[in-house]
Amino acid sequence: MSLGILGTKLGMTQVFDETGKAVPVTVIQAGPCTVTQIKSPDTDGYTAVQLGFGVVKPKNLTKPELGHLAKTGAPPLRHLREYRLAAPAHLTLGQAVTVTNFTPGQIVDVRGTNIGRGFSGYQKRHNFGRGPMSHGSKNHRQPGSTGAGTTPGRVYPGKRMAGQLGNKQVTVRKLTVVKVYPDRNVILIKGTVPGKPGALVSITPANLVGRKQG
Amino acid sequence: MYAQEIIRQIEAEYLKSTLPEIRIGDTVKVGVVIQEGGKERVQPYEGVVIARHGTGINTAITVRKTFQGVGVERVLLVHSPQIESIKVLRRSKVRRAKLYYLRDRVGKATRLKQRFDR
Repeated sequence: MSLGILGTKLGMTQVFDETGKAVPVTVIQAGPCTVTQIKSPDTDGYTAVQLGFGVVKPKNLTKPELGHLAKTGAPPLRHLREYRLAAPAHLTLGQAVTVTNFTPGQIVDVRGTNIGRGFSGYQKRHNFGRGPMSHGSKNHRQPGSTGAGTTPGRVYPGKRMAGQLGNKQVTVRKLTVVKVYPDRNVILIKGTVPGKPGALVSITPANLVGRKQG
Repeated sequence: MYAQEIIRQIEAEYLKSTLPEIRIGDTVKVGVVIQEGGKERVQPYEGVVIARHGTGINTAITVRKTFQGVGVERVLLVHSPQIESIKVLRRSKVRRAKLYYLRDRVGKATRLKQRFDR
């Protein structure tokens, strides 16, 4: 994994590219993040970099959180996320990570929590069909059969049923960076990203399977 | 709203500042940029604005004309760079925001009464 950046989804709009085509983009306020901890094999058993994002009032954090941030002289930060890096030598504690790490045209992965829809039924969660609404069917939104009878005498694991839908970590892969505004700490990414406006998202250079780059 | 403010600033870079005031019922002449074998040229398209939708960078107009007896409608994003120019030729008196009733009419019945006060 490579070093990413944390940000807040602001919403969606569209911009025009060089050929005049309208491109749907998500506006993300990303960074500036602070390097709050560098993990090394000697002390932690692996190498990683912890980034902090979202300045808040000190009273909104616990004393242990404030103490952890005080070690690097970082301001009180709401969100801390770790990025596994092979060699974090170029980073120092307290260093700022900004959107300038990304360039237009770059392929990125965006990770975030998608919109929660609570405990949802079969139709909404798994796109099941619906039963007849009339003629006394009483089978409007029921799941149908959940499997055979006495043999096997149980419902197989993985059977699609009602339950929690959304509010779960999702990665949208291979999105394109359309534009970067270093002065406003804003990045435009083509397409949709998980969550509603205000949601925390993590942008990393794309994890291209089979042709990994540094 | 802080987020909306940032989005509006980003959109502002792409908005055209020299658009004429387009109203429903106007007859407009639109210069549409088309690509032809690596070459660009401007094709004029003339018709009546029968609908307008969206706001800001999303603003689009539906322009209807009758071509060789067949009704043609194009939805055009007015802020798009592919729209080279828009010229209002004629304004008309209409009482609807959407002139979809023109789709069911042919010939003389599609005429709109011209207005001169704006």
